[in-house]
Amino acid sequence: MTSRREFMKEAVTGAVVLGAASSLTVTHAAGAKSESKSKVVIARDPALHGADGNLDSARVTALLDRAIATYTGHTRPVDAWKRIVAEGGAKDKVIGLKTNGLGGKGISTHAVLVFAIARRLQEAGVKPGNILIWDRNARDLQACGLTINTDPNQVRCYGSDVAGFEDAVETWGSSHARFSKILTRECAMVINVPILKDHSMAGVTFAMKNMYGVVERPQDLHASGCNPGVADLNAFPVIRQKIRLTIGDAMTSVYDGGPGFRPEHLWQPNALIVGEDRVAIDQIAWGILEKKRAEVGLKTLEAAGRPPRYIATAAGSSHGLGVNDVQRIKLIEV
Amino acid sequence: MKRWSLIFTAGLVAIVLATFGFTGCKKKGANPFPASGTIAGWEKSSETRTFTPKDLWQYIDGDSEQYIQAGVVSTSTSDYKYKGQLEAVVDVYTMGGPDGAQTILERGQTKDAKTISVGDEGLQYAQSVTFRKGNSLVRIVAYQSNAETAQALLDLARGVERNL
Repeated sequence: MTSRREFMKEAVTGAVVLGAASSLTVTHAAGAKSESKSKVVIARDPALHGADGNLDSARVTALLDRAIATYTGHTRPVDAWKRIVAEGGAKDKVIGLKTNGLGGKGISTHAVLVFAIARRLQEAGVKPGNILIWDRNARDLQACGLTINTDPNQVRCYGSDVAGFEDAVETWGSSHARFSKILTRECAMVINVPILKDHSMAGVTFAMKNMYGVVERPQDLHASGCNPGVADLNAFPVIRQKIRLTIGDAMTSVYDGGPGFRPEHLWQPNALIVGEDRVAIDQIAWGILEKKRAEVGLKTLEAAGRPPRYIATAAGSSHGLGVNDVQRIKLIEV
Repeated sequence: MKRWSLIFTAGLVAIVLATFGFTGCKKKGANPFPASGTIAGWEKSSETRTFTPKDLWQYIDGDSEQYIQAGVVSTSTSDYKYKGQLEAVVDVYTMGGPDGAQTILERGQTKDAKTISVGDEGLQYAQSVTFRKGNSLVRIVAYQSNAETAQALLDLARGVERNL
């Protein structure tokens, strides 16, 4: 039971703001309230990559099912996905899957994961044409191993280079942005499918930073280690309202030299990271990256001069986007 | 008359040789990307794309900042394929001076790097080669790794070096 004081504290820090978006997590018996902690699930499979170095698609699907089952409490994938769609207000509407292909081939959201999500959505009753896989442009999507497809009867796949951007410039804090029409006009709900990477400016790029791919001029948000750029961008109402779930691809990652493909710094965490609180997800992801950097004898991101300060900014009272206090994040590893 | 014509022709040939034979590909602005077939096994598999510092973010996002700070003037990139299977990308960063190229080369260096004699200074990893030559910094990255990768990348790097 949460006291009134605790409730107010959560409201100030943003946990209650995210309450609506936290509705997918397992509810208490009373069913009246979601868990107070931001929930993050890390699902791992050490055998995800075969001997040839390629991902095993059956194992990726199984890993996705395990992650989603743990997160939602539904053991049958079809039940879990029906709930995700319903809670996202996206029944019979377009659901976007926002990938990240900026790093190029080798360090982009894996198509095999995107296909698995699209398949589970269809099994939950979503029409293929109501699934839209998207990113900045065709090149980014192709880097993920995806093929451009605008056929309304099939799972669609195209970028903002096709759909265009809104004319209106929106402002939040010190940040200005013109949003992709895919986000503003086409999608009722978006599932965020970023890939975990080191970032030469921001320190870490994952759940929140992936939103740079939904605006026309992301370069305008890169100053000061992307702080407060990342936090500002995620505070825009259209992002808060529509980005409902993150299924983070941490199957392959770069622990240094990112965000581009750096084979010398490539590693395979073999994990999916699922949650609705993007701040909590990024906080956990930061820890994973730091652990790996320590293992190989690299400086911490703080010592390297690029800690992801935007995470604390996003969690702060000015933005209230989520929780970065690890004591208040309910981390479940399966 | 015939003698003067011979002297004129010989002079013309000498000028042409001096211009293209000895300095030809080293001219500023020459294309550094080897054409298909000029390096054994390698095919150029995409058009060359070129970015100014202002629009470099479109290619490498936030990574562009370190290149801009090091004085990048332009960036060109092209995809390659080795024997139709191994995929790689060649990035050529033209910096404002050799210092900028050296800064970037040193920044990415790790203890796994093997020193190679390509350009003024070169480093090789299992799936990548980076070298600098004059104002240029060249980075070649393979997306897969097999027994031939390291040697194939080295061959391609030498092909690029010859064009700089």
